[in-house]
Amino acid sequence: MTGKKMVNTYLYTRYERFWHWLQTTLITILLVTGFEVDGLYTLMGYGTAVEVHNFVGLTWLIAFAFFVFWLLTTGEWKQYVPTTKKMFTVIHYYMIGIFRGDPHPVPKRKEAKHNPLQRIAYLSVAAFLLPIQMISGFLYWGYNSWAAWGLDWLSLPVVAAIHILGAFGVLSFLVGHVYMTTTGHTLFAHIRAMITGWEEIQEGVELEDWEKRQRKGRKAGEPEAPSA
Amino acid sequence: MNIQSNEARCTSCHAGYGWKDAKKFDFTDPTRVDCLVCHEQTGTYKKFPAGAGNPVKETKVFKGNKKTYHPPEWNKVAQSVARPGRKNCGSCHFFGGGGDGVKHGDLDSSLMKPSKTLDVHMGVDGQNFDCVRCHSTTLHHIAGRVYTTPASKHRKSLIEDDLASKITCESCHSSTPHKSHNKANDHTDKVACQSCHIPEYARVQPTKMWWDWSTAGKKKNGKPYQEKGELGKPVYDTKKGDFVWEKNVKPEYFWFNGSLQQLTVKDTIDPSKPVRINWPVGSREDEHSRIFPFKVHRGKQPYDKVNKTLTILHLFPKGKDDKDAYWKGYDWNKAIAYGQDYAGLPYSGEYDFVETSYVYPTTHMVAPKDNVVACIECHSADGRLASLAGFYMPGRDDFKAINVFGWILVLGTLVGVTFHGLGRAISRGRKED
Ligand code: HEC
Ligand code: HEC
Ligand code: HEC
Ligand code: HEC
Ligand code: HEM
Repeated sequence: MTGKKMVNTYLYTRYERFWHWLQTTLITILLVTGFEVDGLYTLMGYGTAVEVHNFVGLTWLIAFAFFVFWLLTTGEWKQYVPTTKKMFTVIHYYMIGIFRGDPHPVPKRKEAKHNPLQRIAYLSVAAFLLPIQMISGFLYWGYNSWAAWGLDWLSLPVVAAIHILGAFGVLSFLVGHVYMTTTGHTLFAHIRAMITGWEEIQEGVELEDWEKRQRKGRKAGEPEAPSA
Repeated sequence: MNIQSNEARCTSCHAGYGWKDAKKFDFTDPTRVDCLVCHEQTGTYKKFPAGAGNPVKETKVFKGNKKTYHPPEWNKVAQSVARPGRKNCGSCHFFGGGGDGVKHGDLDSSLMKPSKTLDVHMGVDGQNFDCVRCHSTTLHHIAGRVYTTPASKHRKSLIEDDLASKITCESCHSSTPHKSHNKANDHTDKVACQSCHIPEYARVQPTKMWWDWSTAGKKKNGKPYQEKGELGKPVYDTKKGDFVWEKNVKPEYFWFNGSLQQLTVKDTIDPSKPVRINWPVGSREDEHSRIFPFKVHRGKQPYDKVNKTLTILHLFPKGKDDKDAYWKGYDWNKAIAYGQDYAGLPYSGEYDFVETSYVYPTTHMVAPKDNVVACIECHSADGRLASLAGFYMPGRDDFKAINVFGWILVLGTLVGVTFHGLGRAISRGRKED
C-alpha cells in the first residue's frame, strides 16, 4: 500500500458498536419478515412473520429513539453533517484510485469516522430512508386506529407502497454497505473495527478543521490508542 | 324454484297447517301454524311429505322414500310439548329443498348430534347448544333473519345491550374475542367471524352444489329412475336432472351487510351469462358490511326465451291425471305454461335453460379454534379472497411498478458492487505480479 505507518486506533465506542449490530439484526429481521408479509416467499408462516415484524419494528423505533438521544447528547451528530469538501476526491478515489491502490483521501479518524461520501450516504439513510420506513411502518401498524387518531384520510395502499419502496431502498443500501466494508486496507478491517472497536488507520494524518468534531477532549474511560 | 302451484309439498315445512288450496289459505292466520313440529319431543310426529302440512290419519307409505308414516299418538305427542330441541328445528331446516343438505351447506342432519369438531357450540361433547340458545325468541319472533333487511346493524355484546333483537357471534363473544394483540381482533371490523372460523362447510354430510334441470326427463326402459354417486347421494333423477354433491367445501366470499337481494319471476334476465337468483348486498365502503362466507349453489333451470324471465314450474301433480305437472307428464312446456298461468304471469311458449346461482350464508359448523382459516389462505394472490377487489391486502396485492423499480435498484447495486469488487481483485492481482 503506502509507505505510511498504520496505527491501531479505537474508533467505535461500545455503545456505537452495540447499536450498529443491534440495528443490523433488527433491520435484517424486518427485511426477511417484511418480504414474507409482502408475499415474496413463505418462511416462518404469515402470522408469525406479521407478529415478529411488528414486534421488531416497534423495538427498533424505541431503540432508535435512544440512538437519536445519544447522537444529540454526545454531539456525534456532527459526524453526519454533510459536506461537499473532498466529496469529489472521495468519489474519484472509489471510481479510480481504489483500483490503483491509492491511499484513501480522507482516512478514518476518531473524530471523523465518516468520509464525505459516507456522510451524505448515512445522512440520507438515517435522516430520510429510515425515518420514512419507521413512520410508514408505524402508520401501517396503527391502521386499525386511524379513525381514532384522526388519520382516516390516509390510504392503506399508499402507506404500504411507501413502506415497500422504502424496504427496497433499505435492501439496496444494505448490499452496497456490506460491500463497502470490504474496501478497507484489508477485506475485513472495517468489520473488525465494528466488532472490536479498533481499526488500523494511517498514522500522522492531520485532521483538517472541517473534519473535527467540535467537542474538545477525550471522554473519561476511553482507552488511549496503543502504539502499534 | 317456486312455491306456487306446488304448495302441498312445500307447506309441510313452510308454515301451513291444513293447507288445501293456496288461493284460500290464510298464511297470516296464527292458528294455521303447527305448534307440534317445533315443540313436541317424542320424535314421532312426522308429516306426510306430500300431505299439505298434515301427518297421516292411517299408516301410509310415501313412494318417494319408501318410508312408512304412522299416525301420531296424539296424547303422547301433546304431552311432550317443551322448549324446542335441535331435532325440532332440524326437521325442517336440515332438509330444506327436499332433502338433507340440499339447500344450506351448514345446516344438515349431521347437526342432530354433532361432535365438537363439527360445531363448537352444538357439539354434544362440548357446549351442546340447542338452536334456540342462539335463536332466542320474543313472543315467537325468532331472532334470525329476514333477508330483505340487514341482519344486525349493531354488533353489540349482550353485556352492552341485552335486548338486542338479533343474535350475532358478537352477542356472546364481543368483537374482540382474541387475546390482545392478536391480529384477528383487527379483522373483525371487515371480516366476519364466520369467514375465519368456518374453514369448510358440509364437513360430515355432503351438500348439493349443482342442480341441472335441463337433463331431467330421461327414462330407462320407459321409466323414471335415480342414480347414486360416490357420496351415496343421487347424481341423477328423472324428475330433477343432474346433481353434484360435495363435501368439505370451501366457501366463496362476498361483502355482506346481512341483506340478500332476490330476483323475481317478473325481472328480466340476461341469459348470455349466469343469472344470479339472489346475491348478497354490501360493499367495502359500508361500515356494516363484512366479508362473509357463502355456499353458492349453481345449476340450470328453464326460462322464457322470449320474455326473458325465469318461470314458475308446476312440478307436483295435483291428482292422478294432472299431466301438466312435470313429475307426471315430463313436459316442460306444459309444466311452465301451467305454472305461469297459475301465478298470473305471461308465457311465450318458448323455453330454454339458463345457468343460475343462489347463495346461502354460512354461519353454523363453527370449527374449533385450532381449525381456523390460516392467514396465508387469504393473504396470497390466489387465495380465498382473490376475487374480491377494491381494497388492499398485504400478500395478496402488489404494486407492479414498485416491484420492478425496487428489484432494478437492488440488483443494480449488486451488479455494481460485483464489478467494483472484480475490478479491485484484478487490479490488485496485477500489482502483485
Ligand atoms: C352459536 C349460535 C347458533 C346456533 C347454536 C344456531 N344458530 Fe342458526 N344462526 C346463527 C347466526 C349468528 C345466524 C345468522 C343470523 C344473521 O345473520 O342475522 C344464524 C342463521 C340461521 C338461519 C338463517 C340462514 C342462514 O344460514 O343464515 C337458519 C335457518 C338457522 N340459523 C337455523 C338454525 C338451526 C336449525 C339451528 C339448530 C340446529 C341453529 N340455527 C343453531 C347462530 C346460531
Ligand atoms: C382473521 C381471522 C379471524 C377472524 C375474523 C376472527 N377470528 Fe376468532 N380466531 C382466529 C384465530 C387464528 C384463532 C386462534 C388463535 C388463538 O388460539 O389464539 C381464533 C380464536 C378464537 C376463539 C378462541 C379464543 C381462545 O383464546 O380460546 C374465539 C372464541 C373466537 N376466535 C371467536 C371469534 C369471533 C366471535 C369472531 C368475530 C367477532 C372472530 N373470532 C373473528 C381467527 C379469526
Ligand atoms: C349464545 C352465545 C354464543 C353465540 C351466539 C356464539 N358463541 Fe361461540 N361460544 C360460546 C360458548 C359458551 C363457547 C365455549 C367457550 C369455551 O368452551 O371456552 C364458544 C366457543 C367458541 C369458539 C371457540 C371454540 C374452541 O375451540 O374453543 C369459537 C371459535 C366460537 N365460539 C366462535 C363463534 C362464532 C363464529 C359465532 C357466530 C356464528 C359464535 N361463536 C356465536 C357462545 C356463543
Ligand atoms: C378470511 C380472510 C383473512 C384471513 C384468514 C386473514 N386475513 Fe388479514 N386481512 C383480510 C382482509 C380482508 C384485510 C383488509 C382489511 C381492511 O382493509 O380493512 C386484511 C388485512 C390484514 C393486514 C393489513 C391491515 C392491518 O390490519 O394491519 C394484516 C397485517 C393482516 N391482515 C394480517 C393477518 C394475519 C396475521 C392473519 C392470520 C392470523 C390474517 N391476516 C388472516 C383478510 C384475512
Ligand atoms: C428496515 C425496516 C423495515 C423494512 C425493510 C420493512 C419491510 C416491510 C415490508 C416489505 C412489508 C410488506 C408490505 C406489504 O406487502 O404491504 C412490511 C409490512 C409492515 N411493516 Fe415493515 N419494514 C420495516 C420497518 C418497519 C417498522 C419500524 C414498523 C413499525 C412498527 C413496520 C411495520 C410494518 C407493518 C405494520 C406492516 C404490515 C404487516 C404487519 O402488520 O406486520 N415496519 N414491512
